[in-house]
This record gives sequence, structure tokens and C-alpha cells, in this order.
Amino acid sequence: MSVTLDIKLKRANKVYHEGETVAGVITLSCKEAMQHHGISLSMEGIVNLQLSSKSVGVFEAFYNSVKPIQLISHNIEVAKAGKIPGGKTEIPFEFPLNAKGNKVLYETYHGVFVNIQYSLRCDLKRSLLAKDLSRNCEFIVHCQPQKAKVVPAPVNFTITPDTLQNIRERSLLPKFLIRGHLDATSCVISQPLTGEVVVEKSEVPIKSIELQLVRVETCGCAEGYARDATEIQNIQIAEGDVCHGLPIPIYMVFPRLFTCPTLETTNFKVGQ
Amino acid sequence: MVTDTKTRRGTRKGSTSSSSSSSSSAPADPLSSMLDGTDPLSMFAAASTSETSALSHGGSGGDLGRKKRVKEEEPIGADFEPWSTKRGEILARFTTTEKLSINLFMGSDRGKAPNPGTSAVSEKVRTRLEELDDLEEGSQRELLNLSQQDYANRIEELNQSLKEAWSSDQKVKALKIVIQCSKLLSDTSVIQFYPSKFVLITDILDTFGRLVYDRIWTMCSDPRTLPDSFTAEDVNDTAKETCLNWFFKIASIRELLPRLYVEAAILKCSRFLSKSGIQETLPRLTAMIRGIGDPLVAAYARAYLCRVGMEVAPQLKESLNANFFDLLATFRQVSGDSVQRQLHLQRVEAPEYLTLYSPAINWILQCIAYRAPEQLLTEMMERCKMMVNNALLLNSIMRAFRPEFVATRATDFIGMIKDCDESGFPKHLLYGSLGRSLACADPPESERLTILNEAWKVITKVRNPQDYMNCAEIWVEFTCRHFTKREVNTVLADIIKHMTPDRAFEDAYPQLQSVIRKILTYFHDFSVLFSMERFLPFLDMFQKDSVRVEVCKSIMEVFIKHQLEVTRDPVILNAMLHICKTMHDSVNALTLEDEKRSLALLIIGFIRMVSFGRDFEQQLSFCVEARATFCNLEPVLVQLIHTVNQLAMETRRVVKGNHSRKTAAFVRACAAYCFITIPSLSSIFSRLHLYLLSGQVALANQCLSQADAFLKAAVSILPEVPRSISVEGKLRSSETFLLDFINNFLATLLVVPDHPEHGVLYLVRGLLNMVQDYTWEDNSDAKVRVYISALPLLAAMSQETYLYSIPKVDSNETLYGGDPKFLSEINKLCETLIGQILDHLKTLTRDEQSVRRQSALAFSLFGVLLAHGDLRNNKLSQLSVNLWNLSHKHGHCETRVSVRTLESIKHQAQQPDMAHLADAIQRLALQSRT
Repeated sequence: MSVTLDIKLKRANKVYHEGETVAGVITLSCKEAMQHHGISLSMEGIVNLQLSSKSVGVFEAFYNSVKPIQLISHNIEVAKAGKIPGGKTEIPFEFPLNAKGNKVLYETYHGVFVNIQYSLRCDLKRSLLAKDLSRNCEFIVHCQPQKAKVVPAPVNFTITPDTLQNIRERSLLPKFLIRGHLDATSCVISQPLTGEVVVEKSEVPIKSIELQLVRVETCGCAEGYARDATEIQNIQIAEGDVCHGLPIPIYMVFPRLFTCPTLETTNFKVGQ
Repeated sequence: MVTDTKTRRGTRKGSTSSSSSSSSSAPADPLSSMLDGTDPLSMFAAASTSETSALSHGGSGGDLGRKKRVKEEEPIGADFEPWSTKRGEILARFTTTEKLSINLFMGSDRGKAPNPGTSAVSEKVRTRLEELDDLEEGSQRELLNLSQQDYANRIEELNQSLKEAWSSDQKVKALKIVIQCSKLLSDTSVIQFYPSKFVLITDILDTFGRLVYDRIWTMCSDPRTLPDSFTAEDVNDTAKETCLNWFFKIASIRELLPRLYVEAAILKCSRFLSKSGIQETLPRLTAMIRGIGDPLVAAYARAYLCRVGMEVAPQLKESLNANFFDLLATFRQVSGDSVQRQLHLQRVEAPEYLTLYSPAINWILQCIAYRAPEQLLTEMMERCKMMVNNALLLNSIMRAFRPEFVATRATDFIGMIKDCDESGFPKHLLYGSLGRSLACADPPESERLTILNEAWKVITKVRNPQDYMNCAEIWVEFTCRHFTKREVNTVLADIIKHMTPDRAFEDAYPQLQSVIRKILTYFHDFSVLFSMERFLPFLDMFQKDSVRVEVCKSIMEVFIKHQLEVTRDPVILNAMLHICKTMHDSVNALTLEDEKRSLALLIIGFIRMVSFGRDFEQQLSFCVEARATFCNLEPVLVQLIHTVNQLAMETRRVVKGNHSRKTAAFVRACAAYCFITIPSLSSIFSRLHLYLLSGQVALANQCLSQADAFLKAAVSILPEVPRSISVEGKLRSSETFLLDFINNFLATLLVVPDHPEHGVLYLVRGLLNMVQDYTWEDNSDAKVRVYISALPLLAAMSQETYLYSIPKVDSNETLYGGDPKFLSEINKLCETLIGQILDHLKTLTRDEQSVRRQSALAFSLFGVLLAHGDLRNNKLSQLSVNLWNLSHKHGHCETRVSVRTLESIKHQAQQPDMAHLADAIQRLALQSRT
């Protein structure tokens, strides 16, 4: 007597904004009619913080996990104890997406030390003999796009052996000059990062030019703040000894799940 | 810390990271430096306010493209040469004997969910274990020492496994395969093979692109199929989301080349997302190619992008142009240090290296030139002119632009070719490309000679015979098209001079053949053709038998098609005889029948075109010579005999039947020619018919003894006729053919006078004896039929004046003058024959089948008697009535025929002297059926 439980959201891309309604259906399918002790559905939004072992040491990191912050929490009973008929049963549901109390709904974000996750969970309780069933379904929350039009501030940059930091023997470095610009210093997250880089000259042939997207996460805890930078993605924009003097485009699409707009709260910060 | 981060990252999105062994490229940790407070970006921001952007964003290509904006959207027409035609050409041309290798990082599914059971083990340990597992799985497969064929097979295997993975819903695996494949394109070891590798791998990319497109297409045609001209609004959310996911996944591929190629491969899917998607993506991808350092890899990436662009959005010309301008901008890299080092390492010469670019650049230019305005092409050309070392570009321009465009500027091009650096791109290739354009379009008339001279000056200096030939072959067309035999002759002489040393022609037969073909296309006047001194020596270069015959055949075909008037030109005759002899001499025991037939037809075609007019003797001696030359081909001999017979008849016509001593001797010579030629034929029926025909001709020319000899010869070989002969490959009974021949023969015999030394009706008796002795088929009436048909002859012979006669030949009528002895001789013969026939009729009573035959034979004998017999004779009249009855006895006669026969007899009976027939009719009863 198998039964499968599934949650289907109405939106294919599972992206919701604050104030909207998360709607969908719970699908139950079983071969024959089945007894159950109630079906419940809950919606939860949680910020998980973890301390980096680098900032606080291994043991502290292990024990001193900061308590998760709940952003949203709803629970409804979908069906009282009873019987569901055989075949496929669809139970529609709707949740308003509103923050709990004075909390703010942050964007979904999967980081290393900070995780912001929203999910729906459906539980089906059954008699002692049969196992309870449950199903998780993550959905994604995006902030409302900013109303004010951001004026992009282009920035030019130059890289030479002299501009490099943390180099021990500057004299050992080959001579080179790389210029370029980014079209904006603060980017709209749904838009790609763009710009150009020009290799003006380089003594040795270039092997590769890569673009690294880095996040900086800051978690607050008892001993102060822990700040960590980790790589999100690395994209090669040039391979081999590129033509000197020719602008090479910089272009990167932000991976939506692993990035979020720069965020600062009392307890944690995320920036790219 | 770095390790930790990496592991986490790997676990999450390893599925899209193309390389599982991701290694941070930075030697020092750049991240920690970021935390030191001095953010490099803000630093730059402060510094760069003064430096204005000297780097224009769009690069050099933008403005021109915009100017030439295409007004309306035009799809690609049939006149666009598609990629598929280039494909095979490239694969055949760019080959290597070096060993190749494929390096694939596959099979490591780092992306799979972490095993919950191992949560106790620390993360570091787990990573190590995974690494070990991966090694065991052989995730990094490196296949070394592959031959070119192996390589192609491997790629095809990958293509298959891509399709399999796709159909078994392993989309991630499919994507991995594609990424790995496109990564192979960054490997330029064994550089000679690179163009072919490109072809093979882009096939996979095309497959992938199609699979993704079709998948999304089916997703959105769920309720009903999308129209072909759908827009993004018609696409449902799920399909859009899937499509978007593909693009996101591809955008996060780490390496540049796979990211570029895979996105280009699924570019068509942009249609599902937005209307302007393709329009925005193409320029971005075009710019992205700038990041490829290796100029060859970049050029091919551009070619691929243009190919995709032409397919999905042919109206977007700008990015095509932008691609070309970027190519020009980076062109100096071709002679850069990195490239030179690589060439040195692989021991590849610069000219060879440069030719590797041709397919890519040709393709890009072809896309650009397609339906492009003249002005754009001129501008392109000007830009190329300004480049250093532009031979390669020049070559591609001449190949890709419209021939008319090139032809009108031929002199310019020659100038540019002259200015090219000798060490770079081989010049003969440039002239080859120019020649190809000039073969299709005409340059201005006044420049033609200069062009030819300039071009040939260079071509003749090419040392390598193969290169020389490739180039010369192309220019022959131009020469033939615009110049006279003198120039063509010079060209031929030059080719001979180049190809003879070291028997270089042996490797160039296809090109040499093509030269002949081109000459034949333009020169149809064979007297001009053969008066080229170098034409026959040129033919002598074809020393391999099969090729030689092929060439001769092609010449003959053109001759037969275009030589409309008979000729006696000794130049043509000599040359053609030579050519025909070559064809004839190729015949041996192994030659197929079909081949022999076609050769014979060609030679016959030639013989029929030979005529010496009134010089008959010359014609005869030509035939004698031809007979000696073509003795192995029977059809040719047959034709020769016909020709000679015709000659004899022509002579007769000229002298109006009155032969002088000289003409008489000549026609006898003709007869002699035939008489000695016929026995060498193997086909018995050919011999029979030719004997008869020649006999008739001899008779017509009053050569009585010759005629006698012919007819006697025919009679004497009658017993040799086999019972069955093969007709068009099938074995058939020879009986009907033989009967036909004998009837024909009998008709001739009427006019043949008896030989004074032999007895009366010597030939007729001889024939009938042969017929009697011949082993006819069992159950056959053929013999009797011959007897029946001999009766009318005998009847005709007994007439006072014969039905027909030959002028100036006395037939038996005059020889015997109705001598009673002669007549009784005939009567005796008739009696014998009729007796034989009746005997035969008596035997035909056994079964239904023979009764039917009896009826038919009896009726035909009745017919003969009625027509030729004198029915006033009672005995004869009684016999005919009996025959009538016999034929009607068993009801096998066709009533209609009987009725008509009766009617005709009645009709005849009304004529004077025929009253006796009326009696006969009384006794001929129609059989009553009812």
C-alpha cells in the first residue's frame, strides 16, 4: 500500500516576492483508499548561520552554532484524520508570503556560512504501523526590484606589477600592463556583470584570464564578528596568449541561488 | 580554508563545473587580500576618473555594420552553399598520420548528493576518499596514440553516447559530454588535423543544439503544436524555465571555449525566451571570442558562430561583419611568437599552417558575401589590403566573394597577389583561387591577355608538380574560354614540360583528365583541336591504361556529338585513328561485354564520319587500314563491311551502272574485301546476313562469280547455325531467325543466274539439301516451312519473264529461255518438295497439338498452290481441295481467314482465264461451327 506525496507550486520557476501568495497543490496518489491521522502543511523561512573555523577555532565553530533566525512560519492543517480515496488526490493550498512580526524577508541565499532558505513541508501522519510521510519543497524569495533607477558608475582599473599586493619579490615578476573597466561598481543582481579588459603589454605569454566572483560573509557571535571571503564561481574570459591591445569582454551572469544582493543586518552581512 | 571552500562548492554545483579538478589559478590567496580593507575596485575607481575610456566598447567593427543595415529580413536562399557541402571537403583535405589523443574528464559525479551514512567522517577525509574513487573510476580518461580514423570513431561514439544519455534522461551527462568535446577544440597539438577535428566536434554540438531545441519545443507544444513563426509569448512557463536553466548552467561553465561553443550550439533556443535574445547574444559571443588567444582556435570559433548565426538569424549581418573585423584585428597574431613557437615544436611550415585557416575564413567571408551589396565587399577588400601578410585573407576573399566581383577586379587582385609576402601563403593557391573565379565570370576583355600572362608567369615557376598541376588545371579553363588554340597550345606545352620529369604525371591523372575535359568543352572543331601541336603529346602522358582509355573515350564522345559533317582531314583522321587504336588496344580477354560494346560504338561513330568524297580508292584503303587496326571488335568489322558495300554501290551509282574496266576492278576489290573479312566474324548470323548482302551488292555490280562465291559460302555455313543463340543475354531458339534468313535468301536466288559449270539450279538444290540435312529441333515444322516457301521461288523461276531482275545481269530466264528441260527440272523439284510436305503432313496426327500444326501447314500449302500453282491441272486442283479439307477437318482453322480466302478466290474467278477457279470453289466447303 504505497502512497506518494508531492508538493507542486503553481509557478514553474518557484520565485515569489514578499506580499505575494504562494499557491500550489499537494498531490497524493495511492492505489487504494488509505487511512491517515491528518495532513498538515507548514511554510518556513530560516536564516542559518555558521561560524567559520578560521575565525573562532574548530571547537567553538562546532558548538557555537548561532541559533537560526526564523523569518516566516505558518502552519495549517490541510485535512483532519480520515480517509483518502484511491487514485490521485489534489489538495490546493495558498499561503500569504508575509514576514513574521517585524522581520524582513531576505532573498533566498545559499552561502557557506549564511544560508537563507524558504521551504514548504507537508506531513502526513499515519497509524503506528505505517511510517509518517513528509515532503519538503523549497521555494525562492526575491526582493521587489528597486524602484529607483540605479545610475551605473563605471570604473576603470589598471593592473601592473606595482599594483599587486602580497607579493614577496616584486622584481621577479614579469612586466605587464593590463587596463580595463567595469560598467558598474554596484550591479543589479539579475543583470550580468559587464566590462572590458585590455592586455596592453605583457612580457610573458598569457595563459588564462579568469574572473572570480567572491562573497564576503560576516557573522556576529559572542566573541565579535567573523568575516570570511569565499569563491562562488570562477569564469575564464581569456584563454591563451590573447591579442594585445584588444578589449576582451568581461561578462558574468550571477548564479542566483548562490548570490544575493549585498545585505546587512544586525546579526549577519553578505556582500559580493 | 581553501580546501573546505572548494569542497563545498564542488558538492553543490559540480554538475556544471566542467572540470572536477578545479584548481585555483591564483598563486597567493587573493581573497585574504580583499579583506585587508583596500578594495582594488574602489582603488581603481579613484584612479580612473581622469582616464577616459580610450577603449571603445564595440571594437572596430560596429559602425560599418550599422551603416550597411539590411532593410528587410531575408531568409537564406538555395544559392547559399550550405555547411554540409564543405564538411566532407574539409575532412578529406585535412588529414594527418600523426597520433592523436583525446583527453576527457568524465564520470566523476561530484554533484551527487553526499552520502548521509558518512556524516561522521570529517569532510576532509571524505574528499580524499572521493578523489581516490574518482581515480579508480578513471574519471580522467586520456586516450593516446589514436590514428585519425580511431579519433573520428571515438568522436562518433561520443556522439552516440550523447544521444543515449539524452534519451535516457541523463541531461547532465549529455551536457558534460558536450562540454568535454568542445574543450577538445582548444587543443591544437597535431595542428594539421584541427580543421577536421572542428568538423567532427561541431557535429556533436549541432546534435546537442537540436536535442535541446526539440525538447523545449515539445514541452511547449503540449496542448497544440507551436506555429513555426512563434514568439516568446506563445511559450509556456515550464518550457521557459527549462530553457533559462540551460542558459544559466552554460553561463557558469568555467572554461571559455566550452562556454562559448555550447551557448552558440543552443543559441536557437533563445527564441523561446525573447524576441531580441539572438540579436543580443550574437554580438556578445562575437566579442567573447576575443578572449581566445590561439588565432586558429579563434578563427574556427568565429566560423562556428557565423554558421549558427546564418542558421538561426540570417538577417543579422552585423555580427558576421564584426566577426570578420575582429579577425582582422587579431590577424597579426598569426605571425606572433606563440604561434611560431608552436609551429616549430610541431614542425609545421608556415604556408601549411596558413592553409589551415582557409576553411574557416572562407566560410566567414561566404556568410558575409552572401547577398551583400557591392560596396561592402569593396570595403572588405580594402581593409584586407591594408593588412600585413594578407595573402590568406586575399585567398579567402577570392574564394568567397562572387566570381563576377572578383573578375571585374582581376587586375587589382593580381597586383595584390604580387605584393604578397612570398614566405607566407603559397602563391599558387592564390592564383588557383583567382583562376576559379575567372572560370565562372569574365574579366573585362582588354585585360584578359595581361591577366593570363601575369598568372602564368607565376604558375610556371611553381616547382612542386602537384601544386603546379592543381593551379594549371584551373587556369586552363580561363585560357580555353577566352583564347585561341595558340595560347592553349602554349599552356599544354608548359604542362607537359612540368609533368614529364620524374613521371610526375602519374600522380596527377585526375587533374590532367580535367584539363582534357575543359579543352573539349570549349573546342569542338577537331581540326583546330588536333592542329594543336601539343595535344597528342599531352595525351601521351596518360600512361596508365585505364585512364588513357577513359580519356580517349571522352574525346570520342565529344567528337561524335559535335562533328556533324563527314571529314577527310588527314590531321583529324590520323589523330582519331590513333585515339581509336588506343581504345581498341585496351580490349583484352578480361574486358567486359558492355565495355567492348561502348568502345565499338565510339569507333563506329568515327568510321561513319570518315569520307573521302569521290576518292573511293582512298576510302577503301582507309577501310583496309581500319580493319587491320580494329580487328578485335566485331561490330567495327561489321561496320567496315557495310561501309565497303556502300562504297561499291556508290561507285555503281556514279558510273550509272556502266562499269569501266577500272571501276569494275574496284568493285571486285570491294567484294574481295568483304569476302575475306566476313569469315573473321564469330556471330553466325552476322556472317550469313553479310554474305547475302555482299552477294547482292556483287550481283548488282555484275560480279557474278563473286556473288556466286558469297551465296555459296552462305549456304555452306548454314549447317553451323546452332539450335539456340543468345539474344540480349537470353538463350533463344535460332529457328525463327534462320527461317527469316532462308526466305530472304530464296528471294535473292531468283535473279542469280546458274553457274555454267554446275548443274541446273545448283544453288537452290544446294540450299534445299542443307535444309534437309540440318538438324532441326524436334517436333518442328521448320523444314517443311522452308519447302513450302521454296515453292513460290520455283514457280517464279518457271515464268517466261521474271518478276524482277538486275540491270545488266542475265538471270535464268534469259539463260535458258524457257527451255522445257529446265522447266521439267523445276517441276521435278516441285514434286519432290510437295511429296516431302505431304509425307510430313501424314505424320502429324498423333495428338491435338500435332493436328493443329497439320491444319496450319496444310492451309499454308493450299495458299501457295492457290497463288502459284496452275489449278487448271486437275491433279493439282484436287490436291488443293484435299488440303483445304484437311486443314478444316479438325476445326482448327480460323473461320475469318477461311471466309476471306474464299472471297478472294471468288474475286479472282471473275477474271478472265480464271474461270476454272469457280469449279474449285464449289468444292471448298466452309466448316460449319454450329
